[in-house]
Amino acid sequence: MAVSSGVLALQGDFQKHVSALEACGVRAREVRTPGELEACGRLIIPGGESTTLGILLQKSGLDKAICGRAEQGMPVWGTCMGLILMAREIEGGDQFRLGLLDITVDRNAFGPQVNSFEADVQIKGLDEPFHAVFIRSPAVTRLGEGVEALAGVCRKVVAVRQGSLLGTAFHPELTCDRRMHAMFLEMPTDDRR
Amino acid sequence: MRKNLDGPLENPERETETTDVGTWRVKVGLAEMLKGGVIMDVVSAEQAKIAEKAGAVAVMALERVPADIRAHGGVARMADPEIILAVKDAVTIPVMAKCRIGHFAEAEVLQALEVDYVDESEVLSPADAEHHVSKHGFKVPFVCGARNLGEALRRIAEGAALIRTKGEAGTGDVIEAVRHMRAIVSEISRVASAREDELMAIAKEMSAPYEMVSLVFHEGRLPVPNFSAGGIATPADAALMMKLGAETVFVGSGIFKSADPQPRADAIVEAVAHYNDPTVVARVSRNLGEPMVGRAVAELKEEELLAPRGW
Repeated sequence: MAVSSGVLALQGDFQKHVSALEACGVRAREVRTPGELEACGRLIIPGGESTTLGILLQKSGLDKAICGRAEQGMPVWGTCMGLILMAREIEGGDQFRLGLLDITVDRNAFGPQVNSFEADVQIKGLDEPFHAVFIRSPAVTRLGEGVEALAGVCRKVVAVRQGSLLGTAFHPELTCDRRMHAMFLEMPTDDRR
Repeated sequence: MRKNLDGPLENPERETETTDVGTWRVKVGLAEMLKGGVIMDVVSAEQAKIAEKAGAVAVMALERVPADIRAHGGVARMADPEIILAVKDAVTIPVMAKCRIGHFAEAEVLQALEVDYVDESEVLSPADAEHHVSKHGFKVPFVCGARNLGEALRRIAEGAALIRTKGEAGTGDVIEAVRHMRAIVSEISRVASAREDELMAIAKEMSAPYEMVSLVFHEGRLPVPNFSAGGIATPADAALMMKLGAETVFVGSGIFKSADPQPRADAIVEAVAHYNDPTVVARVSRNLGEPMVGRAVAELKEEELLAPRGW
C-alpha cells in the first residue's frame, strides 16, 4: 500500500509542500490532528510562524504525537519555521519547540524581511548548486553529536541532517527544484508503516 | 556566536557569499509563510505581546485601530515611529505598518524602520487622489486592499506582493469583507473559464493590465496570496472568510475593542487553523464576552465608507 507523506497544515505554506510532493509522484496528506498523522509515513513541517505553531501543536496534541513517531524513526523534515521547531535550543528564547534535532538555532539570524534573500547554495549530496530562498531565515549556531551540516551561507549553517531528521533554513517548496524533496523521500519510513 | 561547527563551513567550496535581497520571490514568500493565520492590529507593545501570545502570525502597528480612527475623525496618518519601534522590540513575529495611499515618503520611512510589510491602506486618509505608491522599487514588500479583481490586479502590477480584500474597517460588520471576497473569487473563475481571445475585452472592462488578466487565466488564481480584512469580529467570522477563499485574516478593531481581548484572540487563531471543523469553531466561540460594539455598514453615510478609497 502506498503510504502518505504528511505535511503539517496548522499554519504556514503547507500547500506549497503538498504540491511539491505531488510533483514528486507521492500521495500527500494535510495533517491537523494526531489521527491524521497516524496515516502518514513521514512528515514535513513547513514555513510559517514558530510561536503560532507552538501554540497550535500543543492545543491539538500533535506535539506529543510527532515526538513519539520521530523517536520510532519516522522521517521528519522542517523548513525554516520547521527547523526552528525541531531544534533542541533556541537562542535567547524559551518558546515551545519539539527538540528533535540536537542543535541550537538563531531565529532571525539574517535580520528582518528587508534582508530576506535568494542564493545558490552548495548542498552535500547534491551535485549542482541549489537555488535557495531565505525568508526571515534562521541559522544553526550549534551542532550536537551526530548532526551533520549539509550547507552554509555567509558563514552560517543552513541545512542539517541527523539520522532520519532533516532541517533546512530555506524554502525548497518555493522553487521548482525538487531535489531536496527527493532527498527526503529517499529516507526509509519507520517500521510501523 | 559560532560554536562547534564543522562540515560545510570548513569547506570553502560549499560556502555561498553572494545573495540577492528584496526580490519578488522573497516578498511573496513572506506572505506564503503567513497563510492560515491571523494578523492583529495593535497600538502598543503590551497589545503586541498579547497578540503574539495568542498565536498571531504578525501584528499591524498602529496609532489607533480603525474603529477609533472613525470615532476620532480628522486626517489619519502613518503611526508615530516610536510606536512602531516599541512594537518591533516587543515581539519576534513580523511587524507591519500602514502608510497612506500614494504617500511614498511614508513608505520610505517605514522601510527605513525595517518593518516586515507595508500596508498601503484605505483606512488612513489618502495622500494622492490618483496614484498609488510604485512598489517595485522597494525592498520591503507591500500589501494593498481590493474590492474586486480589477483593483487587485492594478495593485499587483504596481508591485503589491499580497492582496487583502478591504471589507469595511472598524465596523465589526463582516458584510463588505464577504462581498469583496466573493467578487474576487467569482471574477477569477470567470477569467479562468473564458476563451483566451476574450481576455483583452475582460482587461478593458476590469481596468486591469492585460498581462495580469492573462496570468489569472493561465494559473486560475491570483499571482499573489489573497487575505481578508475589514469587519471580522468573531471566530465564526474568521472561519467564514477562510471558507470563502481567504488564505489568512486580518483582525483590526475586533480584538482590542472587545470586552476581553486575550481569549478572543486565542479563539480566532484556533478557529482559523481549524476553519473546516465546526466543532472546533463552536468550542472556541464559547464564553468570549462581549464582541466589539460595531456599526452596521448599512447605517453608515456615504462619506463614512473607507473601502471606496483607492483608484
